[in-house]
Amino acid sequence: MEISPVDTQNYLLLAATLFCTGMLGVLVRRNALVVFMSIELMLNAANLTFLAAARERLDSTGHLAALFVIAVAAAEAAIGLAIVIAVFRNRGTVNVEDIRTMKY
Amino acid sequence: MNAPQLIFAGLAFATVFSAVLVIAARNPINSAMSLVATFLFLAAIYAQLLAHTIAVLQVLVYAGAIMVLFLFVIMLLSLTHLGEPTPRPAFHQVVGGVAAVAVLAGLVMAILRWHAMAGAGRARESLLRFGTLEQVGGLLYTRWLLPFEAVSLLLLVAMVGAVVVAKPRI
Repeated sequence: MEISPVDTQNYLLLAATLFCTGMLGVLVRRNALVVFMSIELMLNAANLTFLAAARERLDSTGHLAALFVIAVAAAEAAIGLAIVIAVFRNRGTVNVEDIRTMKY
Repeated sequence: MNAPQLIFAGLAFATVFSAVLVIAARNPINSAMSLVATFLFLAAIYAQLLAHTIAVLQVLVYAGAIMVLFLFVIMLLSLTHLGEPTPRPAFHQVVGGVAAVAVLAGLVMAILRWHAMAGAGRARESLLRFGTLEQVGGLLYTRWLLPFEAVSLLLLVAMVGAVVVAKPRI
């Protein structure tokens, strides 16, 4: 087994693209569920950066960071989807622009 | 280009394509299925990065558990018939789109200026064991035991919190 000849830079560029795709989804989409999925995309971009750096330095600590990110993402998805269900039950919508009670 | 580079190029293209489909699909179900595809392609990329353990966890936890939760909520709310009427893009959406592209440009410029650290820390660990369950688990249960236990507490709190928030009457 040896290090694959793909440069670490390529992985970082892919992670940057994924992160900005997720950021675009968070900022532009109105459906709260799609916004949550975009946040998952951004978390995965962070994971990819951790793993690329771990391979660059041959240091397994980056793998543990990715593991903790996955655990936090699971907790975030559970809480976030529970909030979406509660909002839908009270308001009958998941459109983030219709939910503005706390805005002013 | 040799074989690993070709494989990476194909996987990277598929990942970005399915990620764009996630935010472009009008039906949330299509978004969720594209997200599952993105996670599977990313798991293959993780395996190419010698992170076998994380690749398996990605499939089990992300593409499995988390996406089932998403699909369950989408079906529960039965949002498919609502759709989005696609009104004119609001001002803040235009600003958000420009900001995302600007962040991407800044990141790409920074990454292209970055140089590899000339093998800093190379060969610190044996390459044969790098990224295996044995090595990751060994670190997890010795040096990083306290964060690991903190994560278990976090998951417990999230579980209780999700039940309390989503239940109509307690």
